[in-house]
Amino acid sequence: MAEHSTFRLDGRPIPFAPGQTIMDAALAAGAYIPHLCHHPEFAPHGSCRVCVVCADGREVSACTAPAAKDMEVESQSESIRALRVSILQMLFVEGNHVCPACEKSGACQLQAVAYDCGMLEPHFTHFFPRRAVDASHPDVILDYNRCILCELCVRASRDQDGKRVFAISGRGIGSRLIVDSPTGRLGDSRFAITDKAAHVCPVGAILPRRGGYRVPIGERLYDRAPISRVGDVAANEEA
Amino acid sequence: MDTRVRPKLRVATTSLAGCFGCHMSLLDIDERLIDLVELVELDRTPLTDIKTIGDCDLGLIEGGVGNAENVEVLRTFRHHCKVLVAVGACAVNGGIPAMRNSFALSDCLEEAYIDGVGLYNQGIPNDPELPLLLSQVHPIHEVVKVDYFLPGCPPSADAIWTFLTELLAGKPIGFPYTQIHYD
Amino acid sequence: MLNPSPSRIAAAVERSLARLGRDPSLVLQHLIALQQTFSFVPPAGIDRLVAALGVTRAQILAAIDFYAFLHLAPRGDYDILFSDNITDRMLGNGRLMTQLCQLLGMSPGSTRADGLVSVGLTSCTGMCDQAPAMLVNGLALTRLDDARIRRIAALVDTRVPLPHWPQAFFAVSNNVHRPGLLLSDLEPRDAGLAALRQQGPDAVLAEIERAGLRGRGGAGFTTALKWRFCREAAHPEKVVVCNADEGEPGTFKDRVLLTSYADLVFEGMTLCAGIIGAREGFLYLRGEYRYLLEHLEAVLQRRREQGLLGQGMADTGTDFDIRIHLGAGAYICGEESALIESLEGKRGVTRKRPPFPVTEGYLERPTVVNNVETFLAAARIAEHGGYWFRSEGTDRSAGSKILSVSGDCERPGIYEYPFGTSIARVLGDCGAQRTQAVQVSGAAGATLGVDEFQRVLAFEDLPTAGSFMVFDDSRDLMEMVRNFADFFVHESCGFCTPCRVGGKLLRDLVEKVAARKASRHDLDEMRRIADVMRRASHCGLGHTAPNHVLNTLDKFPQIYASRLASADHTPAFDLDAALAEARALTGRDDVGAHIAADVGC
Ligand SMILES: Cc1cc2nc3c(=O)[nH]c(=O)nc-3n(C[C@H](O)[C@H](O)[C@H](O)COP(=O)(O)O)c2cc1C
Ligand code: SF4
Ligand code: SF4
Ligand code: SF4
Repeated sequence: MAEHSTFRLDGRPIPFAPGQTIMDAALAAGAYIPHLCHHPEFAPHGSCRVCVVCADGREVSACTAPAAKDMEVESQSESIRALRVSILQMLFVEGNHVCPACEKSGACQLQAVAYDCGMLEPHFTHFFPRRAVDASHPDVILDYNRCILCELCVRASRDQDGKRVFAISGRGIGSRLIVDSPTGRLGDSRFAITDKAAHVCPVGAILPRRGGYRVPIGERLYDRAPISRVGDVAANEEA
Repeated sequence: MDTRVRPKLRVATTSLAGCFGCHMSLLDIDERLIDLVELVELDRTPLTDIKTIGDCDLGLIEGGVGNAENVEVLRTFRHHCKVLVAVGACAVNGGIPAMRNSFALSDCLEEAYIDGVGLYNQGIPNDPELPLLLSQVHPIHEVVKVDYFLPGCPPSADAIWTFLTELLAGKPIGFPYTQIHYD
Repeated sequence: MLNPSPSRIAAAVERSLARLGRDPSLVLQHLIALQQTFSFVPPAGIDRLVAALGVTRAQILAAIDFYAFLHLAPRGDYDILFSDNITDRMLGNGRLMTQLCQLLGMSPGSTRADGLVSVGLTSCTGMCDQAPAMLVNGLALTRLDDARIRRIAALVDTRVPLPHWPQAFFAVSNNVHRPGLLLSDLEPRDAGLAALRQQGPDAVLAEIERAGLRGRGGAGFTTALKWRFCREAAHPEKVVVCNADEGEPGTFKDRVLLTSYADLVFEGMTLCAGIIGAREGFLYLRGEYRYLLEHLEAVLQRRREQGLLGQGMADTGTDFDIRIHLGAGAYICGEESALIESLEGKRGVTRKRPPFPVTEGYLERPTVVNNVETFLAAARIAEHGGYWFRSEGTDRSAGSKILSVSGDCERPGIYEYPFGTSIARVLGDCGAQRTQAVQVSGAAGATLGVDEFQRVLAFEDLPTAGSFMVFDDSRDLMEMVRNFADFFVHESCGFCTPCRVGGKLLRDLVEKVAARKASRHDLDEMRRIADVMRRASHCGLGHTAPNHVLNTLDKFPQIYASRLASADHTPAFDLDAALAEARALTGRDDVGAHIAADVGC
C-alpha cells in the first residue's frame, strides 16, 4: 500500500487497511469502542448495537461498518454515550441480572461496559421474564436469565468447535438461546468444557463450574480499571 | 468567619424490601458522619426510630417494592421529600428479593408456609395486620418518580459520601470509576 | 386430530424429499409441507429431516419457533386465522371472531378441546380491499360478515372438507379501479424477451437505465444499477429473486399482479437473468398467498413448455428457471437479506451489510432481489423503451406507482397513478370522505393529517411501496397506533436490541396510554425509546417501527393528551391488580388488601 489511509475517531487519526471495519481499526490502534457481541476471532455480528457510532453523520455499528478514508467517526460524544446507555438499559431489563448473586460479577462485560458508559440504573420497566437454569452439564452452568443473545457461543460452537451446539430460536422479544440435543439440555449435547464455546460468553450465562468467587471483591478484572483500559474478558483470560 | 446559620438539610431514610445493608453502609462513612451531622438533620429513619415523616429535602430509599406496605411508605416518602433517591441494588432494580419473581407467588408462599420442612401449623398467613405481597418485587422507579440512583449491593460508603456531599454542594453528581458497581 | 402414525409421517417426509430435494436449504419448504399435511410438524418428521438433510434439530426447532405458520403442537383440523390489520379491525374482525368462537363453543386464540378447530389472529393477509378476511388452513377467505361466519361455523361443526366449502367464499377480486401505464395493457407478449434476443443484454439494460426505474418495494434503489452491480460481481453463479412477500400492512397490489400479470413478472425476472447471466431464479411467495401457488406453478410450467424458461430459454443461450419458495408468516422476510436467509431454509433474520446481496446473496452468490412490480415494469420497459416509461412521473420518480387503497373509502382497491400525484387526488378518486388521516406506505410509513393532503407520492416527497390506508373522522387513531405497535412487536426478528426490546417497551407504553394510565412522563419515554430504535436498530424494520408513534405524537397529540392521567408520574403496572394473587391465596378482601390510587397526602 502506497499510502496509509486513515479516518478520525473522536478527532484522533486511526490508520486502517482496506476491508477493515471501524471496530477492527480502532482496536488495532488501541482505541476502545464499547461492544458486547463483537469478538475479534469471529465474524462481525452487529446485533447488540452497543458499538453504535456516528460516522459522517450516520449512526452505524462500528463492528460491521467498513472504515473509509477521511471518515469522521464520533464515539465518545454525549449523544452517543446516552444512546449506548439506553441500549444497555434495554438489555438489563430484558433479562434477570442480579449482579450481587452472579459469579460473573466483576468480570462481566455487560456490567463493565455499563460502568464505562456511566449507567447508574436500568431506567425502563423490567420484564422479569421467567427463564430456566440448566445445570445438567457436569462442567458448566447455563443460566438463561443472563443471556443477552450475543450469539458468541453459537458462532464459536459452529465456526470453531464444528459442533453447532447452540442456536437462537423464536423471534422478536420471544427470541431465546436453545441447545442442540435430544432433550434440549446441555448435559445431553456434544458440548465440552474444552470447547471454545465454553469460554466466549461475555456475561454469566455460560459459567464454568468451580470457578466462582475465586478472585476477591476489589481485585476482579473490572474492579479497579475500566474495560476501556483493560479490554475484553476473553483477551484477559488468554493473557 | 461566616456566622450565618445554614439551614440544615432534612433527610429521611427507610428500608422497603431490603436487608438494611445500605443503611449499614451509610453508617460506614465512619468519622465523616460527624461532618454529615453538621449538614443534615434526620427525620423519619430507622437510625433514629422516628416513625412519622415530615417535609424533607431528601429521602433515601433502600429496598424494592414487594408488598402493600412498601407501596404506602414509598408514596409517603415521595410526597414528603423534595428529592428521592433509590439507594442500592434492590431499590434500583429489585435486587435479591426480586429473584422470587422467577416463581409464582403461590409457589413461594406454599414453599414457605406449607411444604417447607419443619413447619407446624401450616397455612398461608391471612391476618389483616400483615401487608399482602405483590405478585412480583419491583424497583421503586416503577412505582414513583425517582430523582437519583445510587447502585451497589450495598453502595460503598465512599459512593454514598460522594453522592451526599456533591448533592449538598449543589454540584452535578459524578462518581469516580471505582465507586460505580452493581454488586 | 389423531396423532399421525410413524409410517404416515415417514411417507410424507419421503414424498416431500422426492418432490423438493435434499439440499439443507430446503428444510423450511419441507417443514411447510409437513405443517400442511399434519397441521403441525410431528417430532418423527423432525428426526427424519435431521437425518436426511444434515441440519441440526436445534435449527429446525428454531425455525418452527420463528415462523408464525409452523407449529410443534397440532392445530385444529380447521386452522382459522383472522387477518388483523387495522383495516380488518375497522370492519369488525374482532366482533366476527368472537361470534365464530361463540358458535363453535371455544375461546379465541385456542384449539377446541376435540381438536377440530383452532381460531386465532394473524398479521395483515393482504386482502384489505375485501376485508375482513381470514385464512383457513392457509387459504384466503374474504368479505366476512355475520352470514358467512354462521355458515363457516356450521361447515366446521359438520366437518365438511375444505374443497366442498362454497367456492364463493374463496373468491378474491382484483378490484382494479384505475389502471395506468402498466395496468391498462393486460396482454403478455413476451416482447421484452424478444427485445433481449434482438438487441442483446446491454441495450436492454440501457433502456432500463434510461427509464430511471427505481425499486417498487419501498427503498427505491435504481434497478439498472442493481442489475449492473450484480452482473459485474465476481462470482459466476448469479441469482434472481422476486420478492413477493408483500407483508406491509395495507399492501395487496403484488397479489393482483401475480393473479393477472404473472407472465409479465416472470418475463421481467427472465430478462434480469439474461442481463446479469443468472441460471437460478426464485419467487418468494408469502404464505398468505399460498392459494396462488397452483396458478403460478402452472404459468411457470407453460412458460417452460413455450421455451421461455429452462434449457436454452428464450433462445438467449442461457438456461434459467424459476422455483417458488413459500414463506410461513414473517413480515421481516420481505427485507431482502432476511428473505435470502429464509430461502436458505433459516430463520428470517436480516444480514449485516455490506456485503450487499448483489455481491453476496443466496448461498453467497450475487443476487438481485426486486419487487414484483419492479420486474413487471422492467418487462414493459424492455418492450416500449425507457422514454415511454419516463413520459410519466417526476424527474426523480419516473413512471407510475400502483397503490393499494383501503380503509374508509367507497372504492377500495388498486389505483395506478403517475408519480407526483397528490394524496388529495387519490382520496377523491377512491371516494373517501371526511378523511382525518392517511397512512402512506404501511405501518412503517408516514401518518398524514389533512394539512398534508397536497403532498405528492414520489421518492422525493412521500416514498411509498403502495399501501394507502384511509381513516375518516369517526376513527380513533389510537386504535391504529395500538394495531401497528402490536404488529411490530410480533414481527421484529429479534436480532438487535433496540428493535427487540424497544419495540416491546414502546408497545407497553402505548397500551398504558390507551388504558388511560399514562402520564406526560410516559410520552417523553415513548420518544426516547423511539429515538433509540430509529438511530440504533440494525435494519429498516426497527428504523421505521416507531414512525407511527412519533407521527401521531406530533400531528395528533390529542389522541394522547385526552387519555393522560393528571399525575405527572404513574406506576408502570397496576398496583392493585398486583395484589390479586395474594388476595386469592389468603382469601382476604379487606381495605388493607387493596391499594388505592395515589391521591397525594
Ligand atoms: C421490514 C421490511 C420489509 C420489507 N418487505 C418488503 C416486501 O414485502 N416486498 C418488497 O418488495 N420489498 C420489501 N422490502 C424491501 C426489500 O428489502 C428490498 O428493498 C426490495 O425487495 C428490493 O426490491 P426493489 O428494488 O424492486 O424495490 C422490505 C424491507 C424491510 C426493511
Ligand atoms: S451477567 Fe453480568 S450483568 Fe448479568 S447479573 Fe451477572 S454480573 Fe450482572
Ligand atoms: S449464552 Fe452467553 S455467549 Fe451465548 S448467546 Fe447468551 S450471552 Fe451470548
Ligand atoms: S431492526 Fe428489528 S427486524 Fe431488523 S434486525 Fe433488528 S430486531 Fe430484526
